[in-house]
Amino acid sequence: MARLSTPPNLLMTTIGTAVRWAQTQSMWPATFGLACCAIEMMATGAAHNDLARFGMEVFRASPRQADLMIVAGRVSQKMAPVLRQVYDQMADPKWVISMGACASTGGMFNNYALVQGVDQIVPVDIYVPGCPPGPQSLMHGILTLQDKVMTGELAR
Amino acid sequence: MAQDVTGTEPDDEVGMESIEGEASARLLPQDALLRSVVEPVGSATAERSLGDDVVRIDRSDLAAVAESAKSAGFNMCVDVTAVDYKGVRRTRFEVVVNLLSHQHNRRLRIVTAVPEDDPTVPSLVSVYPGTNFFEREVYDMFGINFEGHPDLTRILMPDDWDGYPLRKDFSVGEVPVQFKESHQVQ
Amino acid sequence: MAKPVRNSAHPPSPTTRSDLWVAGTEEPDWMVASTDEGAQEMERDEPQGRSVEQRGTRVVDDFVIDDSASDDERMIINMGPQHPSTHGVLRLNLELEGEIVRRVKPIIGYLHTGMEKTAETLTFLQGGTNVTRMDYLAPLHNELCYSLAVEKLLGIDLPPRTLAIRVLMTELNRVSSHLVATATNGMDIGAISMLLYGFRERELILDFFEKTTGLRMNHNYIRPGGVAADLPDGWEDDVSDILERIPAAMDDYEDLLKENPIWKGRTQGVGIITEEECLAYGITGPTLRATGSQWDLRKSQPYSGIEQYEFDVVSGTHGDVYDRYRVRIGEMYQSLRIVEQVANSMPAGDYTTEDRKVSPPPRSRIDESMEALIHHFKIYTEGYKVPEGEVYVAIESPRGELGCYIVSDGGAKPLRMHTRAPSFANLQALPIMMADSLVADTIASIASLDPVMGDVDR
Repeated sequence: MARLSTPPNLLMTTIGTAVRWAQTQSMWPATFGLACCAIEMMATGAAHNDLARFGMEVFRASPRQADLMIVAGRVSQKMAPVLRQVYDQMADPKWVISMGACASTGGMFNNYALVQGVDQIVPVDIYVPGCPPGPQSLMHGILTLQDKVMTGELAR
Repeated sequence: MAQDVTGTEPDDEVGMESIEGEASARLLPQDALLRSVVEPVGSATAERSLGDDVVRIDRSDLAAVAESAKSAGFNMCVDVTAVDYKGVRRTRFEVVVNLLSHQHNRRLRIVTAVPEDDPTVPSLVSVYPGTNFFEREVYDMFGINFEGHPDLTRILMPDDWDGYPLRKDFSVGEVPVQFKESHQVQ
Repeated sequence: MAKPVRNSAHPPSPTTRSDLWVAGTEEPDWMVASTDEGAQEMERDEPQGRSVEQRGTRVVDDFVIDDSASDDERMIINMGPQHPSTHGVLRLNLELEGEIVRRVKPIIGYLHTGMEKTAETLTFLQGGTNVTRMDYLAPLHNELCYSLAVEKLLGIDLPPRTLAIRVLMTELNRVSSHLVATATNGMDIGAISMLLYGFRERELILDFFEKTTGLRMNHNYIRPGGVAADLPDGWEDDVSDILERIPAAMDDYEDLLKENPIWKGRTQGVGIITEEECLAYGITGPTLRATGSQWDLRKSQPYSGIEQYEFDVVSGTHGDVYDRYRVRIGEMYQSLRIVEQVANSMPAGDYTTEDRKVSPPPRSRIDESMEALIHHFKIYTEGYKVPEGEVYVAIESPRGELGCYIVSDGGAKPLRMHTRAPSFANLQALPIMMADSLVADTIASIASLDPVMGDVDR
């Protein structure tokens, strides 16, 4: 929507804003919890740090119904094709948050078994550092993503 | 039969009493349990290493010793793993089997040397079915074949992986970390 | 398109990837989605039987095939690795005849991190950071097992306060791990409020861990020689808060699940495994104890001074999902009992060994003493040398027997560090539990087995 080549006018910018607002306020994550970060992701979605108040009411199991993939955990060489396949199955617009040190850069495991950063496989929008990042860090990452989508910086 | 059948260097370790075993292994005299485990086997070396009972045997005797251990009361095989002693010992690999007996509340470690040019060991799946995954892992990580295993395929690495990761000549696979301001690695 | 061989010696170099990735452009061949692995998957004609005598049936060829049914009625369905209910990246090949599972083959390795290889590049002090990420729901148990193995090689003894702190932290970790297990068990079967309850109580324990160790998970707190830091001021209040609120909350769980007819209908008689099968397959932990066995390493081969505290071993009778749930709830009560005893009887003293060659000196001493500075430097750069030897130490983690086998060649880094992971062995129970059961029951079985894939794949 934000890529339309019509000159900016009142109608299109208003609709564009409305569309981006809708995208941010109901961004549903796909369950891609791999390792320890997955537990912190579940804790973020649980009652104490409620993620549903930001619109992420449900974690969709099917990638076709999700628009955010939070790669939570270390991605091994065997898992890499699966990750790509799940990313490909998601419908546009989609965003990727790389949660944790292992997903962002390979973390403390600089060895043969892990993909050194999930951005070698899928394009990443937000990197959340930590090992594992606490729920507040993850929420900060998600809210940053929502801001970026809202302002149109991440055009999809 | 030569005494040094397992091909290992004698270890000068602190706190270990090594008793070389011959035809009927002369073990620690009080230990009837260990004696009954190694009885069917020709050569075995028993040690007490840091409080653990360790029995060193020839790899061809592995299945037989496992059978006799099971009938002696070691009802659970807890772990099967391997070590790569490249450059440290004459025989490169060592397969380590850890057993546990509930009724005697004892542990036993069976250790057998495996040469590099013929890395084959009899499988223990027929005696302890739970060694299935452990042997697959040892095959995957070290390339040691277990004869008689029903499904010896890779378990942790992808099927088309080349090499055996835990061998000493397999590099860790570090990717050089690049920092923005530093000279770029091309 | 030929699948390229992924050779370890040539990992994809950083220069071959494009810096700007735009969706929809050509992807390099090796990344194109391919989950077909060939040999690790289940083949149609592969025999799978139980190779141990159980329930009167015998070895491998006792595979009941109804000749009248055509082969087309059986389908091999793939479940996972990305699946909300497989407890992480577990992949299952199920051969289904309608809704009934005839055979199952677990395929693992999707979380293989090469931790045992990494351990050979880390010093003994750094090893805790590596090991703690294996079983990420019970990280303190991983650290404790590793530390006990290293201490056995070093031949050092620990002051009583250190042992008591270790018992306190690991028993609290057992409670938090069982909370997650019960929470996900409930969620998988449909009682989603159980997930929210479990994580709510777990936050209490994680807050205490954060105060004491600095992190909510993967603490690197229990190190060879002792623990990293003393308990914080006011820890008694935090612990008594936990001891008050968690049993009260557990009454909520019992209200929700214990006599619930839906819960009982879905868990009783489901996923049965017998004690003989458990022993044959090396299955330990709550799964073994739910079959009626009383084997618990904390009682049989106690460690870290746990024998001073009174607690019971909780066991079940039928070995089904319901009994495993009852065993975990019981173990939570027993762990809280231990925690209470430790809190009431915590000895004063050092939180780490006096041997400065192993345990670094407190930071404040570095300014005052040259020796302290040297010790600090040596320990953190080169690491302390551990005498030659090999050792296997096992403890009772929430999932079963967690063992650590370390071989040292006298250097500062281990020659070999191997962890005997309980979940790795426990997964071998899946084909037994799932034989001839419904697909919905397979979810219940996996959840009750409580596998942690970090532990399985390491």
